[in-house]
Amino acid sequence: MADSEFEQIKKLQQERNNLKLGSKNAFADKSSQRDSTKVSLTESMDTTLYDRDTDKYAGYNTSIAVNGDDDDEDMGEGEQRRNLVGQYTASKEILNEFANVGDDMDLMSERAKNSKIADRETDYQKRRFDRALTPTRADPANADGEGRSYKEIMKERELEREEARVRAEIEKKMKSGDLPAQQTHHEPTLKEVTVTPEENKENAPAGEKRRKRRWDVTTTEEGGDASKPTEKKSRWDASTVKVEDTKPSRRSRWDMAPALPPATPIGGSGMATPLHPDVVAPILPTIAYGTRSTWLTDEDLDMMLPSDGYKILEPPPGYAPIRTPARKLMSTPAPMASASGLGGFMMQDPENAKLLGKQLPTELPGVGDLQFFKAEDMTYFGKLMDGADENELSVEELKERKIMRLLLKVKNGTPPMRKTALRQLTDNARQFGAGPLFNQILPLLMEKTLEDQERHLLVKVIDRILYKLDDMVRPYVHKILVVIEPLLIDQDYYARVEGREIISNLSKAAGLAHMISTMRPDIDHVDEYVRNTTARAFAVVASALGIPALLPFLRAVCRSKKSWQARHTGVKIVQQIPILMGCAILPHLTGLVDCIGPNLEDEQAKVRTQTSLAIAALAEAASPYGIESFESILHPLWTGARKQRGKGLTGFLKAVGYVIPLLDEEHANYYTAQIMEIVLREFQSPDEEMKKVVLKVVSQCAGTEGVTAAYLKENVLPEFFKCFWVRRMALDKRNYRQVVETTVDLAKKVGGGEIIQRIVDHLKDESEAYRKMTLESIEKICSALGAADIDERLEERLVDGVLFAFQEQSVEDIVMLNGFGTVVNALGTRCKPYLPQIVSTILWRLNNKVSAVRQQSADLISRIAIVMKQCGEDALMGKLGIVLYEYLGEEYPEVLGSILGALRSIVTVVGIQQMQPPIKDLLPRLTPILRNRHEKVQENTIDLVGRIADRGPEFVSAREWMRICFELLDMLKAHKKGIRRAANNTFGFIAKAIGPQDVLATLLNNLRVQERQSRVCTAVAIGIVAETCAPFTVLPALMNEYRVPELNVQNGVLKSLTFVFEYIGEMAKDYVYAVTPLLEDALIDRDQVHRQTAATVVKHIALGVVGLGCEDAMLHLLNLLYPNLFETSPHVIDRIIEAIDAIRMAIGPGLVMNYVWAGLFHPARKVRTPYWRLYNNAYVQSADAMVPYWPDLSGLDDNVDMGRSELLVTI
Amino acid sequence: MADKLRATQQLEQLQARFVGTGHADTTKFEWTSNIQRDSLASYIGHPPLLGYMAVGMGESRERLRVRFIEKMIQPVGKPPEKEE
Repeated sequence: MADSEFEQIKKLQQERNNLKLGSKNAFADKSSQRDSTKVSLTESMDTTLYDRDTDKYAGYNTSIAVNGDDDDEDMGEGEQRRNLVGQYTASKEILNEFANVGDDMDLMSERAKNSKIADRETDYQKRRFDRALTPTRADPANADGEGRSYKEIMKERELEREEARVRAEIEKKMKSGDLPAQQTHHEPTLKEVTVTPEENKENAPAGEKRRKRRWDVTTTEEGGDASKPTEKKSRWDASTVKVEDTKPSRRSRWDMAPALPPATPIGGSGMATPLHPDVVAPILPTIAYGTRSTWLTDEDLDMMLPSDGYKILEPPPGYAPIRTPARKLMSTPAPMASASGLGGFMMQDPENAKLLGKQLPTELPGVGDLQFFKAEDMTYFGKLMDGADENELSVEELKERKIMRLLLKVKNGTPPMRKTALRQLTDNARQFGAGPLFNQILPLLMEKTLEDQERHLLVKVIDRILYKLDDMVRPYVHKILVVIEPLLIDQDYYARVEGREIISNLSKAAGLAHMISTMRPDIDHVDEYVRNTTARAFAVVASALGIPALLPFLRAVCRSKKSWQARHTGVKIVQQIPILMGCAILPHLTGLVDCIGPNLEDEQAKVRTQTSLAIAALAEAASPYGIESFESILHPLWTGARKQRGKGLTGFLKAVGYVIPLLDEEHANYYTAQIMEIVLREFQSPDEEMKKVVLKVVSQCAGTEGVTAAYLKENVLPEFFKCFWVRRMALDKRNYRQVVETTVDLAKKVGGGEIIQRIVDHLKDESEAYRKMTLESIEKICSALGAADIDERLEERLVDGVLFAFQEQSVEDIVMLNGFGTVVNALGTRCKPYLPQIVSTILWRLNNKVSAVRQQSADLISRIAIVMKQCGEDALMGKLGIVLYEYLGEEYPEVLGSILGALRSIVTVVGIQQMQPPIKDLLPRLTPILRNRHEKVQENTIDLVGRIADRGPEFVSAREWMRICFELLDMLKAHKKGIRRAANNTFGFIAKAIGPQDVLATLLNNLRVQERQSRVCTAVAIGIVAETCAPFTVLPALMNEYRVPELNVQNGVLKSLTFVFEYIGEMAKDYVYAVTPLLEDALIDRDQVHRQTAATVVKHIALGVVGLGCEDAMLHLLNLLYPNLFETSPHVIDRIIEAIDAIRMAIGPGLVMNYVWAGLFHPARKVRTPYWRLYNNAYVQSADAMVPYWPDLSGLDDNVDMGRSELLVTI
Repeated sequence: MADKLRATQQLEQLQARFVGTGHADTTKFEWTSNIQRDSLASYIGHPPLLGYMAVGMGESRERLRVRFIEKMIQPVGKPPEKEE
């Protein structure tokens, strides 16, 4: 770089700095530096009262001066100008939090939108609301026979399928206009009926039935033929007498729906069929908020209104009540609201919403203060507020309320409430019974407005009670599955994991047979959503109960003759198993492949595609083993791949792509050549999915042994670059990634130079995204393969291109930075000719007014510093060092951090001695920066300072080091552990450099401060100083400090001693007798904390001196410790036990156990408990060593010889 | 309350892992059986010790080993009658 240029940059930079100094308010950037509202401690007057005209930042290090004169003064005057007020900057996350918020966006609405699960679900996921909780199933293992049997359900499914078929048929006819005209005439009626089976399919038959009750009271329901239009009869047709006559009979659609009161009670506990409120919203009565605001039931109306002389009007023809809950004012009346369980349609009271709003409480009787209470919760928990007299309620009702209360606490309560409620639910799960519990939990989980947190908590409840209920859950397995299965396709990873855990626990509790019989009917369900989730659930069952257990069933399902849906689902289960279990499928691979093998030639295209995907998943999980299992399907796979087109082909190609890496060399080569034809043909495919698949196949083929570089070069590369290295590919994120990956995989085979040569010119492309894609590919190739096969000409083009791309970036991107760094590092010394150009680019960009540019340039310096050293560009580095030094006044903390990082990397490579600017200038400039609160700045400064303190402390005066010590004290409180550790180490280095006396005095003084955190950190620092400067330099002063009659100080000393002895380890043996009197005193102190800390010291000493001959002192300390065994405070007792354990290590179990035997069978439990704890610890840690020391039990029993006479053998 | 529960859980876990650990309600029978079994296992687990004992007791090592293993079955006799 020309010197003139360098001078120019320097001048510009000075101008900038001067400008900054000149301005009144040095904090130009308000967004990153908050105004300090704190009163300066160095001011003696109240500046808010006595307004000064001077700058309020006077006395504050607003920025670091360029020429550094004032700092030297500062040094002369010592501590006078030291400002106690730190510089506070917000972290990057906080700064960026609002950065993207435009005016058009409302933060709150965004939040509200995200909190509900339903709002971020896709339409497909929302289909879970279409499912309903089915009635309780029978448990064949349990003879009472309540609930529906497998046979009944299978029959029902068959009917549903038939319905779907007929409906499709009707629809088809309607479309083609074949339907008779008169049927369209009865539009509304027809509509009503066509809706019925549909709902019926999804909803619980119970829900269906309830509605029928309302409108269809007197008609008997017809049997299975739901496709036949029913004439809609209204309840209003019937006389009131008839209504009275109706008894809750077993009028079910298919003869199997449960009768009303026993199996489908609407209210009251023990109800077997809780309905999702949305499903039954129109028909069920709401909560009694109080007698006055209750809705009137039909019965009420009949009672109130005269029956003679009036008649109930028929609804006008074509009238259809509103069925969509969303259009109702209040959509969710409680399903279990009235004990009578007999309700009817209610007029929606417009007042209700308001009423509800007013009544939303945060405190319920018997529940306590909740975190929140939503309007929807009223539906489920409103009952708690009806003010019923608990004494009049039946046991069942009381139980129900109890559960309700606990659930509400879990769902809406504060964390401690939640905890206790959850525990009560778990502990009493068996008493409550599965029915009452699930009948309340499951509808809550189906609620549309459910939020993540609530779902998580409820799922947790289920998880816990599953353990307790065990086989009692059987009748509820399907209901639980309906609720939990959607979790398996949630976007949230943790929700998926939760769902898996529940289903796996469920299958362990219910057993395989029951799981299969419960889920079998869903396998060929008409709804694809149900089949999909069922398949996933089955995979979880397989992983929980073992693949072999499920395999016979899977085999049968995959060969089902009855319906292709069943086969499809079966194959899908097989696909999901490897996705879930990974290589754990290997032992059962043959079984799984055989299971789905025949489906590759299924008559249904969907099944074939699914099978190929399943094979792909199996091969992926099995890789690189298991080719022998796939042998049987290789042939159909290859012929299939040739035959298929379009979507089917994607699956087959994918499968082939995953199978090829398993093949041996020869075969792989052969099959690659075969398949490549198709792949090359499909390069041009416009289908995104196909593009993805062919890219994947290409990278898999390229990675196989048998495929040669020559083959790829000749056949694949030209076509590949033609089709995929186009600007358009860079625009879509997924394509972008895939192309980069494939390119790198190809490069691994054909060599980096070959590929880079083809793409290097794109670095100068006009599209930034494309340049980025190119640089990322080059970066990955260079880091994987090095730059050895890049020739001179290419090297020139490459560096040129990289520089261009780097300079032209409009948004500073980490990809560009990484790319640049990697390329330079890969080229190594070959970079030398380009370095001046690179450095001048960096320098220009360091002077840019955009902070991100400056930051990136500084980061780049840290990346290429090593290469610069290798190239022998020391002079250039000196210049860079000086420029960076000048920039230490940087006000953006992120940038400052990067600049410090760059300086650090330069210091690291050039060494302390050669550093430009000299260390004695650099370090004083760093001292004030230590006060910066920004994490990145702190981390980089402390690292730099620590390095200097370690390698070249002699370059700086002792006074400056002391000053740094003071600054470091604050850093001991940093949140980041790395910073605290670096600060502590630096203490050690400084103490070593200037001797421990001064540092120690500072630290001991700091023990007296009030703030606990600070004292703890000081204690750590003392420990480190003791470690680096030998304990004898520290211990006398420290022990002397213990004589100060102040609890804080004494505790601080003890705390320091813990760290000292922790760090010095074995060195402790020389100091044991010196500190024992102090510990004696501490261990018999009244103060608990005192004894606790002393116990920790004892622990560390004891562990340090194991086997070093200090047993007498340890035994003495044990005698002092032992009376503390009955402490009850958890912290204290834990420390005491730890200390005793440590002493056991030091003096052996024999001696310590002598203390323990006495209390193991003491009459008082309070005594036995802690003694057994000690015994257990000893047993776990050194059971074998205890063998000779167990008490002699001979003579304890006359019949049996309990003495261990073998031990007395002597030769 | 919470701590107590956690302590019980931890103890249960510990006991599941180490049979020989005990608690305030451990009976004499349990404890002494464990002592015997642990001792026997330890003799067998240290071949030199086993050899030493074999020499001392005038038996072959293998015989002694088998005897020790067999002795592990009800080392302190039958469990006490359960009193309801």
